[in-house]
Amino acid sequence: MPKLKSTLELEELRKGIVSRRDPNRLCFTVCSGTACLAIGSQQTFAAFEIELEKQGLKDRVDLKATGCPGFCERGPIVVVYPQEICYLHVQPEDVAEIISQSIERQIVERLLYVDPVTGKAISRESDIPFYQYQKRLILGNNRLIDATKIEDYIAVGGYKALSKALFDMTPEQVMAEIDKANLRGRGGGGFPTARKWRSTRDAPGEPKYVIVNCDEGDPGAFMNRALMEGNPHSVLEGLTIGAYAIGSHEGFIYVRQEYPLAAENIAIAIKQAEDYGLLGKNILGSGFDFIVKIHKGAGAFVSGESSALMNAIEGKVGEPRPKYIHTSEKGIWDKPSCLNNVETWADVPFIINNGADWFTSIGTERNRGTKIFSLVGKVNNTGLVEVPLGTPLRDIIYRIGGGVSGNKKFKAVQTGGPSGGCIPEQYLDSPVDFDELTKLGAMMGSGGMIVTDEDTCMVDFAKYFVHFLSEESCGKCVPCREGINHMLDVLTRITEGKGQATDVQLLEDLARMLKEASLCALGQTAANPVLTTLRYFRHEYDAHIYEKRCPAGVCKALLAFYIEPDKCQACLICARNCPVDAINGGKNLIHVIDQSKCIKCGTCLEVCPPRFGAIKKISGEPVPALIPEQGRVIQRKG
Amino acid sequence: MVTDNSEVNVKKINHILAEYKGESNLLIQVLLEIQKELRWLPKEGLIRISQELNVPLRQVYHAVTFYKAFSLVPKGRYTVTVCVGTACHVRGSPRILDRVERTLGINPGETTADFKFSLETVSCLGCCAMGPVMVVGDVYHGKLSLDQVRRILDSYD
Repeated sequence: MPKLKSTLELEELRKGIVSRRDPNRLCFTVCSGTACLAIGSQQTFAAFEIELEKQGLKDRVDLKATGCPGFCERGPIVVVYPQEICYLHVQPEDVAEIISQSIERQIVERLLYVDPVTGKAISRESDIPFYQYQKRLILGNNRLIDATKIEDYIAVGGYKALSKALFDMTPEQVMAEIDKANLRGRGGGGFPTARKWRSTRDAPGEPKYVIVNCDEGDPGAFMNRALMEGNPHSVLEGLTIGAYAIGSHEGFIYVRQEYPLAAENIAIAIKQAEDYGLLGKNILGSGFDFIVKIHKGAGAFVSGESSALMNAIEGKVGEPRPKYIHTSEKGIWDKPSCLNNVETWADVPFIINNGADWFTSIGTERNRGTKIFSLVGKVNNTGLVEVPLGTPLRDIIYRIGGGVSGNKKFKAVQTGGPSGGCIPEQYLDSPVDFDELTKLGAMMGSGGMIVTDEDTCMVDFAKYFVHFLSEESCGKCVPCREGINHMLDVLTRITEGKGQATDVQLLEDLARMLKEASLCALGQTAANPVLTTLRYFRHEYDAHIYEKRCPAGVCKALLAFYIEPDKCQACLICARNCPVDAINGGKNLIHVIDQSKCIKCGTCLEVCPPRFGAIKKISGEPVPALIPEQGRVIQRKG
Repeated sequence: MVTDNSEVNVKKINHILAEYKGESNLLIQVLLEIQKELRWLPKEGLIRISQELNVPLRQVYHAVTFYKAFSLVPKGRYTVTVCVGTACHVRGSPRILDRVERTLGINPGETTADFKFSLETVSCLGCCAMGPVMVVGDVYHGKLSLDQVRRILDSYD
């Protein structure tokens, strides 16, 4: 294909693509993000292909595999255009019906979203509450384009911002626009993007590098993956504009190996952009050169830290180095290097296209624009949520997320990844932005949001994060390596019922030491989960330490399972499922648990039929004495 | 470190290395490719990498032991990966992992004696909506309950 040599040629190409597409033509889109693929969207897609062939409709309708629209809870998701009818949990056997009904412009009622409050079915995607209350800018195009086709991106206005920057703006003007928009780094730091760009541009040394950080290591966060898989060109376009502003001619995309589809799609995107002359030498005939290489991570959380990531790109082990001099001045091979998160880069084309004034009309004074959150855990609508910065937590969890799943009681929401914090019910009306969550002792971080309910033990939860960080600490600096491990020891003994009265003070001392003495942010923020749970859930720590009781019934050492004799119907289900044969029972013989054999796995509680509900989880009190042997026989009537 | 002299593996390693001669900054990329191909990194392979990329063996070993993606011992035919990410954790993954360990009789990082299964944990696969999740080979099993674990593992031969 011929390389585009001017803005005019790009616009002609766009016009050509758009004019060949009939907006009224029937089009089926199937979500093909990793989460939907995992639950079989590939089979659903294949069923569409077969069925369209069979019904002889291949030339009359379109079929498209799109990126993740975010409503992962209900995948695989099929949307039928132009009416935008959204079908959820679509299985291959549903496909024939969807096709034949859609041809007749009819709707398959049974596959629609049903509002849990009103009981009414909702047919249009944008009317579903999960989508209705969002503001989808960056994620918005995911559902419209096939990530492997650059033409799809161009059709929705792709690379318009790049041509505007290259031909209508000087690098300084681009920089000023980003500055005026007050764009802040979406990876979690919230550092002003323009300031970072300027510092790289002004630093002595050539060449200068620009880098996309897609090492998304926070468990429970997958917004970067969804963007890279679903709309890689938007990231590439933002990166190229940034390179132009900074004066860089070489970029890297660092993507973790756990995201194979993201790596594959970005590689395709780079190739296609090169073919069209949107990357490489003399981009769009502007004289500006820029190339991009992909670098894969190999599974290390700490490698997402900027200096560690740059070490990895150099081929070294991805360990952080002291940053007496910023990486923006001395980064990869000691050259000025500007690293931004995937989402930050994807914001850039929007700002250039629509202007800084438009961008600053979204969000709050110091926090402009939108942010994508991954809402997960004990919440009804798990998925990706994009809202203006400053949206209250309650709106995200309840209006969009549909509240806590399984009719349980909300306990806390954990934000900001493993080094974030837990926010309790009384602060749910706080606006979510870089500054407000930090005030609560948590942080917004890259956008992970994990909802927990009454069944989560906050001491165990803190232990979970500290354990994660102890494994991920690179071990290079002593405070982090030893401090986190010491913290883990203390938390472990508390959850084992061996906590001491001085332990809370010890945890606080360790936290201060970690914060002040660690080399990189991993250690400096590692105590956040402990400090926030201590601040808001001190009573749970006290229950473990003084009463040897786990209020949520999670910590095994403080738990016992017990069969209530008057409820047991001697059905043998628990006895048969017990993995260690700890349940003694027989036909018409009330079952009892041998506490010395019990491993507290909870299987009996899970399998005991709800109508009996005979298994009881107890903590902090002694297990009732066994009933006498002769009292165990159940006398059944008739 | 386990050694392996099988000719097939040496051939595969040489084939991959041919593309990267002298490119020391691509060490991790090369290791990833070989790991993907062989599912482990034999000692002879590391020595060859060190020679071909012109990287000290010490540095190769540093990288291999630093990252989770690499293994210095052979892996089973199926890798069972239990997600222990935060979302899966609050949905009960510790109990799932416990059950898998008991069923297979191995801990994470280990391989069954018949080389059928290797057990691994991962801190988030990004399909949190399906949690708790376990991946066997490349098949995802989501919304797991304890009693499904054995049935799923038994279905592999």
